[in-house]
Amino acid sequence: MSDTTDTTPSTTFDHDTAREGSHAAERDFTPDGRPLPPKRDENLVSSVSAEQVTGEASLWSEGWRVLRRNPMFWVSAVIIVAMIIMALFPQAYLWFYNGDPNPDGVCTLSNSVNNPNAPNGGRPSTTNWFGFDIQGCDMYTKTIIGARISVFIGIIVTTFAVVIALIFGTLSGYYGKFLDTFITRLTDIWFAIPTILGGIVLLSVMGTRGMWQVAFVLTVFGWPSMLRLMRSQVISTKEEDFVMASRSLGASNMRLMVRHILPNGITPVIVYATIFIGSIITAEAALSFLGVGVALPAVSWGLMISQAQTRILQAPHLLFFPGMALAITVFGFLVMGDALRDAFDPKGR
Amino acid sequence: MFRYIIRRMLQFIPVFFGATFLLFALVFAVPGDPIQALAGEKPLDPTTKAVLDDRYNLDDPLFVQYGKYMGLLPQDEIEADPNSDVAGFAGVLQGEFGFSLTRRPVSDIMADAIPVTAKLGIMAFVFEIIIGVSAGVMAGLRRGSFMDNFVLLSTLAVIAIPVFVLGYAAQILFGVQLGWAPVNASGGSFNELILPALVLGAVSLAYIARLTRTSLHENLSADYVKTATAKGLPRKRVIGRHALRNSLIPVITYLGIDLGALMGGAIITEGIFNVPGIGREVFQAITRSDGAVVVGISTFLVLIFMISTLVVDVMYALLDPRIRYE
Repeated sequence: MSDTTDTTPSTTFDHDTAREGSHAAERDFTPDGRPLPPKRDENLVSSVSAEQVTGEASLWSEGWRVLRRNPMFWVSAVIIVAMIIMALFPQAYLWFYNGDPNPDGVCTLSNSVNNPNAPNGGRPSTTNWFGFDIQGCDMYTKTIIGARISVFIGIIVTTFAVVIALIFGTLSGYYGKFLDTFITRLTDIWFAIPTILGGIVLLSVMGTRGMWQVAFVLTVFGWPSMLRLMRSQVISTKEEDFVMASRSLGASNMRLMVRHILPNGITPVIVYATIFIGSIITAEAALSFLGVGVALPAVSWGLMISQAQTRILQAPHLLFFPGMALAITVFGFLVMGDALRDAFDPKGR
Repeated sequence: MFRYIIRRMLQFIPVFFGATFLLFALVFAVPGDPIQALAGEKPLDPTTKAVLDDRYNLDDPLFVQYGKYMGLLPQDEIEADPNSDVAGFAGVLQGEFGFSLTRRPVSDIMADAIPVTAKLGIMAFVFEIIIGVSAGVMAGLRRGSFMDNFVLLSTLAVIAIPVFVLGYAAQILFGVQLGWAPVNASGGSFNELILPALVLGAVSLAYIARLTRTSLHENLSADYVKTATAKGLPRKRVIGRHALRNSLIPVITYLGIDLGALMGGAIITEGIFNVPGIGREVFQAITRSDGAVVVGISTFLVLIFMISTLVVDVMYALLDPRIRYE
């Protein structure tokens, strides 16, 4: 899609709309996080109020004002905070829970759902909220512990992708010429490999597969879309009047990039990064489900569902709880991305 | 137009070799000796190791290995080695992708399985387009209505639920509890494939609905739509012939990019519903640790993905003149 994705009609934007760098934020994204080409819309209605023109601070506070009134923002914020706490401090969800007979992490096979004599047949009960799995492990404890890998991988991969995009996307978009051609062609090549397929190939030949290996592989195949977005943002922002003005006052390239172009072009990247976390979490779960993600004895939601495969009909709770945890987390990041887009994008208002 | 297509096709060549080489080099760069891995814990006799290294071209430099894998360079003559995996292996460009653990050519496995996957993929595509576009139109025509909010929320939920959870849930609900659809699609017939195709297409369907909605809504306030209304065309015609047609351009582009996601999804969906396609072959090969099949079929899927993006780019240029004059 090399010829279609990067064409942002920067000339059609007036100063105030483009300073928010918002047009690229209008993009939708495919499940594996590839940005769709920008909608070719020539009837941009810029509804920029007077206070926005006055400065950056009011721009952000205006966005915050819209964000605050959006109930979906609060719903997703609660979900995201809850999941991050779950990943960092699982004890916060476990100290009041007395269902796990072996809180030291040991599982008792006699509690297995396969054992008809297990407490309540291994199914969810008032003491064991989520029941037991095939190994006789307490499902509630496992589901809480499983948040760590999903959330960490999502955040680690997104951080690396954003850093790569910030450095190389900015350089590529700002300096253009040979460097830009080189980076763009490299991105084209990388783009031809779908994340899940590349992940399957690379991970299937890896001997040890822990959280860092999976995060590494997802970064290796995931970064191009973020870089493209950053690059097109820089290209459309660097032609703006305020950049020209600063340049004519003698500002250095570094200062132009860091002080002027990045702050004005970064919003769509932040929006996309939020959605990206969600799609990376899905990708990690899919890889673990297929058996090429994190390997046992790690606890991950995708892995839990994978292990449950053979018993799903008899014991649907093995699918339900990790599946719900996964869906709620991804939902949280997707909705947060939507809410941020609505708030910091004048076209959406 | 013609120049655009030629240019686009020429661009395809470096991307093709770049992407296949990238995959190859990444696999190559993974630490660990594959021959030692075959032998397990036991240290390997150096002579045996040398023979095996030679058989699998592992003693060659990276570029030579890649050339042999792609079929750009001829294979070594391996005399008196009837068990050789590479004896008679031509290369990817000749349509060969290596051998499975049971010494069956991967191309052979694929030949049997591709028709089923193609059928599943086409069905998923048709569902996506019909249901996705109609939901998008219903939502986009009246922004803020009940239907609009319903479509927005339900599509968000579908996007958030991973395809394997959705697959098992659909299997339990429609296959087992309600009995509407067969649980197992091992025959690969049309009826059996309906449920897997719906699951496979679900996420894309949701994206298409959202995309159509936004796109249609934007186009409805465009000048040419106002002109069409002003000159007295019935609303049906304004929407159907003018607004919708232009709104579908981004949807078509999406369908092309979407194919990559559909392939990853097919591996999972075919595994869950036991559909005898290439996705299930990958799914089972991962469990068997049959690396050659996993890598071979995945490489093939990457090739298909590249070709389909090329086709979509060309189609896009045909549909939208603004592209080809850039």
